[in-house]
Amino acid sequence: MNTLYVTTQGAYLSKEGETVLVSVEGVKRLQIPVHTLGGIVCFGRVMCSPYLMGFCAENQIGMSFLTEYGRFLARVQGPVSGNVLLRREQYRRADASEFSIAITRFILTGKICNARSVLQRALRDHSDKISHQEVEQAVTTLGNALKRIESINNLDELRGVEGETARSYFNVFDQLITHQKDDFYFRGRNRRPPLDNVNCMLSFLYTLLLHDVRSALEVVGLDPAVGFLHRDRPGRPGLALDMMEEFRAFLADRLVLSLINLGQVKAKGFTKAETRAVMMSDDTRKEVIVAYQKRKQDEILHPFIGEKVAIGILFHIQALLLARYLRGDLDGYPPFIWR
Amino acid sequence: MQEYLKKDCIPCATINAAPEINPVIYPEADLLPLSALQHLLFCERQCALIHIEQAWVENLFTAEGRIMHERVDSGRSESRKDLRISFSLPLHSLRLGLVGKADVVEFHREIRQNGNKTSDLVIWRPFPVEHKRGRPKKESWDKVQLCAQAMCLEEMLSLEVPEGALFYGKTRRRVDVVFDAELRCETAETARRLHELFASGKTPPPVLTSACESCSFIEVCLPHALERPKSVHKYLKSMVGDP
Repeated sequence: MNTLYVTTQGAYLSKEGETVLVSVEGVKRLQIPVHTLGGIVCFGRVMCSPYLMGFCAENQIGMSFLTEYGRFLARVQGPVSGNVLLRREQYRRADASEFSIAITRFILTGKICNARSVLQRALRDHSDKISHQEVEQAVTTLGNALKRIESINNLDELRGVEGETARSYFNVFDQLITHQKDDFYFRGRNRRPPLDNVNCMLSFLYTLLLHDVRSALEVVGLDPAVGFLHRDRPGRPGLALDMMEEFRAFLADRLVLSLINLGQVKAKGFTKAETRAVMMSDDTRKEVIVAYQKRKQDEILHPFIGEKVAIGILFHIQALLLARYLRGDLDGYPPFIWR
Repeated sequence: MQEYLKKDCIPCATINAAPEINPVIYPEADLLPLSALQHLLFCERQCALIHIEQAWVENLFTAEGRIMHERVDSGRSESRKDLRISFSLPLHSLRLGLVGKADVVEFHREIRQNGNKTSDLVIWRPFPVEHKRGRPKKESWDKVQLCAQAMCLEEMLSLEVPEGALFYGKTRRRVDVVFDAELRCETAETARRLHELFASGKTPPPVLTSACESCSFIEVCLPHALERPKSVHKYLKSMVGDP
């Protein structure tokens, strides 16, 4: 489940036999067997041969093109594949409000649980540096929301709870930043464009996460565009965004916090444009990518299937479990819950 | 067709019989991949994951197999005095409802006395040879796939195909296979089950066996976790409460 990230400007990727060949200005830099790859992500001015693209599409190796700053541009996709029966079931469920409500509730349960765990972990690990009262208050709010959503039978109300819990979580997020507080602060979520270093890193990690979740859904044969919590909108990968919810806090947010708190990123790795938009330097972006890839190799016990798996495999397992629920083999969708 | 095949293996009794004896045939649109037979025999769930869910897992073994087939898959043919060889020959059987390709089909020249006429009769007898990556198996999976190819050839060429061979990459040996009544029955029955599985559109739940550990689909199938899945509602109840 490795992902190849190509950030070198002017790089050229091609297929040579069963390998991906990366060359820069005609000089071979890297050659990797294709079957060890789960995805390829290209940043900025990176070129690919059509044969490599076709090969990736055929072998379900997700391939995305992003701008140098991580904004999504395009994705390579071969002929529509996967199980049409499963996709139809997904559409039927998305059209039936009863099912949409049920799935949304499962997704939110995962999201809120994991956000709460991040706050609780911080309280435990940094009790000396955190204003307990506020964070504990947020933990309580999230806990109450978990109980409340059990009896909500209306999508808009569920989305309302989602908004409330996200606000109370992000209200105390700044407290979890315990080092370099002058350079890294969080006053609320902004993303188009990100206006501070923390939002810049969050957005970038969410993009990486979205790529992985989306590929996993496609491999399982689900349509990443048709979501439940996220309403359909052309160009929006609704289901991928839905499934990302359970991973945001546990994977992306915590990674941002540890990069800052352990001093792996520094203020000088960010630049500010005239419009206050914040961008990462190449080195910082590389640092973030490497940290994300490393994190995906960590093993964790999956609480539902009871097996030890690499974090990078979690997306696939969750996509599979969702497919099993849609097909009626499970009595619900079990989100990944981090303890 | 399905009813017909259920009746005690009539297909094996109808070899080289007049085609009109067999009234029911599958329409072309309903033909299924011949290669699915071996998947079905290995594991019904794996077969459904590949062909219904369209899941594919590339690993060392499948990559090796694919490269080996790409080499064979050149669509060439060779010709000698008593032997012609066709590579990746397209096949189908409307009786079995299968479509696919044979890696290699050898055509062996046979000369038959043509009754009381003076000229001899020349027959090019098809002899399918399927290439397999591994070594010979005790199960009949490979033999069934080969037999299905033979039955396709018989139907398409109206010739008896009594024998073929499996070539194993690990041992680099050819194993001759005789298409006897028993193997033909098993092949027809497997094809029938395959059509049943496709018609249901459902992926059977996993059954954990010793074969699971070496199966390339283990991470897609999750047999350990999903053979008897936990209740999601109980799981959430236990997870949501204060840790």
